[in-house]
Amino acid sequence: MTADSYEDVAVGKNDPIPALEVQPQDLYHAKSFWTRWIFCQDAKVIGIQYAITAVSIGLVAMVLSWMMRLQLSFPELVPFLGPADYYQFVTMHGMIMVIYLLTALFLGGFGNYLIPLMVGARDMVFPYVNMVSFWVYFLAVLVLVASFFVPGGPTGAGWTLYPPQAITSGTPGGDGLGIVLMLISLSIFVVGFTMGGLNYVITILQARTRGMTLMRMPLTVWGIFTATILALFAFPALIVSCIMMTLDSLLGTSFFMPAIVEFGVQSEHSGGSPILFQHLFWFFGHPEVYIVALPAFGIVSDLISVHARKNIFGYRMMVWAIVIIGALSFIVWAHHMYVSGMNPWFGFFFATTTLIIAVPTALKVYNWVITLWKGNIRLTTPMLFALAFIVTFTNGGITGLFLGNVIVDVPLSDTYFVVAHFHMVMGIAPVLVVFGAIYHWFPLITGRYLHEGMGKFHFWVTFLGSYLIYFPMHYLGFVGVPRRYYEMYESPYIAASTISLNQFITIAALAVGFTQLLFLYNIITSAKLGKKAERNPWGACSLEWQTADVPATHGNFGKELPVVYRWAYDFSVPGAKEDFIPQNVPPSAVPGAEAIKT
Amino acid sequence: MIITIAVVLVLAAIGIFVAAKYPQRAVSAALALVIIGSIAFHFWTPWWWTEIASNWGGMDDTIILTFWVTGTVFCAVCLFMSYCVWKFRYRKDQKAQYKPENSKLEWGLTILTTLGVCALLAPGLIVWDRYVDVPEEAMDIEVMGQQWYWNFRLPGEDGVLGLTDSRNINDDNPFGMNLDDPNGLDDILIEGDDLHILNNQPVKVNLRSIDVLHDFYIPQFRAKMDMVPGMITYYWFTPIRTGEFEILCAEYCGTSHYAMRGYVSVDEEADYQEWLSEQTTFEEMMASIGKSDLVQLALNIRGDN
Repeated sequence: MTADSYEDVAVGKNDPIPALEVQPQDLYHAKSFWTRWIFCQDAKVIGIQYAITAVSIGLVAMVLSWMMRLQLSFPELVPFLGPADYYQFVTMHGMIMVIYLLTALFLGGFGNYLIPLMVGARDMVFPYVNMVSFWVYFLAVLVLVASFFVPGGPTGAGWTLYPPQAITSGTPGGDGLGIVLMLISLSIFVVGFTMGGLNYVITILQARTRGMTLMRMPLTVWGIFTATILALFAFPALIVSCIMMTLDSLLGTSFFMPAIVEFGVQSEHSGGSPILFQHLFWFFGHPEVYIVALPAFGIVSDLISVHARKNIFGYRMMVWAIVIIGALSFIVWAHHMYVSGMNPWFGFFFATTTLIIAVPTALKVYNWVITLWKGNIRLTTPMLFALAFIVTFTNGGITGLFLGNVIVDVPLSDTYFVVAHFHMVMGIAPVLVVFGAIYHWFPLITGRYLHEGMGKFHFWVTFLGSYLIYFPMHYLGFVGVPRRYYEMYESPYIAASTISLNQFITIAALAVGFTQLLFLYNIITSAKLGKKAERNPWGACSLEWQTADVPATHGNFGKELPVVYRWAYDFSVPGAKEDFIPQNVPPSAVPGAEAIKT
Repeated sequence: MIITIAVVLVLAAIGIFVAAKYPQRAVSAALALVIIGSIAFHFWTPWWWTEIASNWGGMDDTIILTFWVTGTVFCAVCLFMSYCVWKFRYRKDQKAQYKPENSKLEWGLTILTTLGVCALLAPGLIVWDRYVDVPEEAMDIEVMGQQWYWNFRLPGEDGVLGLTDSRNINDDNPFGMNLDDPNGLDDILIEGDDLHILNNQPVKVNLRSIDVLHDFYIPQFRAKMDMVPGMITYYWFTPIRTGEFEILCAEYCGTSHYAMRGYVSVDEEADYQEWLSEQTTFEEMMASIGKSDLVQLALNIRGDN
C-alpha cells in the first residue's frame, strides 16, 4: 500500500497538509421546487430517486411472487390465476428483481449517494447527465409497467426471454406487444444506465479528493466501481440482443429464429440461431450476477469492519479479489448453457473457469469472518444483516459449485435446485446487504436512526424466514421437481410430503413478505420521528460521515474538500484514544497512534 | 398441525426470552442453530433423489462428493463466525486487535481452496467426458418435441434414422421425413405416445424440436439436454432397470410447459419385441393413408421397384 505519488500526504509526516487550491466546482444550485426535487442534479437526491423507484417496482415484483407461491401450494385460493398469468408473473418477477430493483438500487441508488461522499467529491463529474440517467431509467420502468396493460398482457417468456418461444404465439405476450415492450424497456434501461455508469467510473477515477489513492478507497467504492465497469461491458450484449429480437418479432428477420412449425403452420423465419441469443444473453447475464454481488461484497465489508471495530482483514486481497472476480465473470457465461445444446466440449472450459472463480470468492468469505476474529463486535441491526449475508451467501455460493461443475449441472439444471441457488446467492444475500446498508446509512441520509425494535424483528423474520424458504427448496431439486411449472409436479414416485414442503415454503414466503411492509413503515415513520442520531453514530472512518452538515447539503463538504491521510479502516489502532481514526485525520492529530502506512 | 404450531410458538417464546436476556450470545447461538439445523435436515430429509435407473451413477457420486467438500467449508465458516460473535462480543473497555494482513494465512487459505476446487472439478470432468462420448454400440433413437407433446422415431431394421427437415412437415408427414431418403422408409414413428426401450442397451437420444426449445428429462435417468429447433442435439445413457418413467419437459416452452409429459418404458427383450411389432413404419404409414406415391423416389433408390 505505497502511495509514492501522494508523498505529501502520506502517513509519517506530521504536518497537516493544506487543502488543494482548486476552483470551486461549478455546481448548479437548484432554485425552484422542480430543479430541487424533480430534475435535480445532486447525486444524493438522484440516489434517493433511484432507490424509491427501484423499491416501488420491487414491491410489485414481491406481490407477484406471493401470487406464484399461492398458485403452487394453495391453488384454490387463487382460482383466477391461469397458466398464462402464472408465467407472466414469473417473468416479470424475475426481470424486475434482477434489473429494475437490484441493479438500479445498488448502482443508481447506493452508487449515486455514496460515491461522491466516500471519495471526497462535491458531486458526480457530470451532474446533468446523471439527472438524465435517472429519468431515462424512470421511463424504462414506465414502459415495463405499461406492458401489464396492453392486450395480451406482459411477456411470459421467463426472464431469460429465450427465443423462439419468447416471440411465438405459444407464450403469453409472445405475439403481441408484451415482449416488444419488454425489449424496448430493457434497451431504454441500458441507455439510462450507461449515462449513470460512465459518471460513477469517471467520478471515481477523476474526482477523488487529495490523498484518496485507489488503495485507500473504502471497499464499498471498489465494489460499485468494478460492478459498474462490468455493466458497461456487459449491457451492450443485452441491448444488441434486445434490438435483434425486436427486429425478429416486428420485421420478421431471422437473427435468432430458425425455420419452425408453429402449431402446424410453417413460419417465415429460417436460418437463425436460438443458441446465439443465449450466448449474448448470458454474456450479459453472468456479469449481471456480479454487478449485483460486487457492490454487496463491498458494502458488507464496510459494515462488518465498522461494527466489529476492526480493520477489514486483508484489504489488498479484498480489492484484488473484487477485480479478479470481475474479470473472470466475463469468461464463465456458458455455465448457464451446459445443457443448451451448445458444443459439449465447451463444458470442460466453462466448468474450469467457473470453479476457478470460487477461489477469490471463497477468500472474500474467509476475510469477512477473519475480520470478526478478535474484534469488538457490536451486534447492531446493520451488523446482524451483514452476518446473515455471510451465511446465505456462503450457502448460495457453494451450491454454485454444484451447478458450475458441468456434470452435476446435468441432473440439477432447470429444477428447483437452481431456483433455490440463485435466490439464495443473488436474491436473499444482496437484499440482506441492502437492508443492512439502509440501517447503517439511514442516520447519514436523514439524521435519525431507524427504530431498533422493529429493525430486529425485521431482521429475524427476514433472515430465518428466507433461509427456511430456500434451504429446503434445494432438496425439491434433488427430487427432480422442474422449475417454471404452473402446477406443482405430481408424480407417483414422488412423496406426497413434497406438497407439504411446498406449502411450508409458501407460508414462510408470505411471512417474510409481510415483514417487508413493516420495514417500509419503519422507514417512513423514522424519517420524521426516529431517534436523532449524533454525527457519525457508528464511529466509521470513511469520508461520508465527515460532511459539513448532516445530512449533507448540495456540494457535500464545506468550503474545503477533506484531505485524506489513511485508509478507511483505522479501527482500534494501538495508541489512539478513540477506537477509530477517520480518513481525514492527519497523523499529527493522533500522536502515538501506531497506524500502518497506507 | 396444532402440535407443530404449539412447538414453534414455545420455541419462539424461549428464543425471545433468552435473546432479551443475553442478546449477543443469542445471536451466536442462533447462527450455530441454523447450521446444526441445516445438517440435521440434510441427513434426515425425506426429499432426496429418485432411485437411479441409468448408468449415470457417477453424477450422484459427484454430488455426494461436492456435498462433503462444500458442506464442510460452509459449516466451518459459519460455526467460526458463531464462535467469534460469542467470544468477541462488544465490551466498552476492550479494544479490537489491529492486524491488517497476514499473508501466510491468506496464501494458505488460497492453496487449500484451490485444492478443494480441483478435488471437485477433476472427477466431475471425468464423468462429463464419458457423457459427451457416445459408445459405438449405442442404438440411435430420436425424440422430437413440439408444443406440447413428445414424438419418437426408431431407426428400423437398417439401424439408420432417415433424414428430416422441419420444412417437410405437413399433415401427411408430421415428422418432416425426407421423402427421397430410403433410410427413412423403415423408421418407426411414434406420435404422441409412449416410448419403449430395451434394458441394458445403450441408447443415443437424438433430440430435435420443430418449434421452440424443449428438454427431454427423466429424473431417474439423470441425463438432460435441450432440444433446439434447427439443430440436432444428443445425449446417451444405458437403462439399468425396467419400469415406466415419466418424461418432463425441463426447458420452458410456453403456456403448457408444465403439462408436457409422457412416458418411457424400459422393457426386457420379450416385452420390447412385442411392443415393437405393434408399431408402424413410415412406409406403412404412407401406405395406410394412400400416399405411397410421395415416397416413390426413395423406394426406387432402395431398389424395391
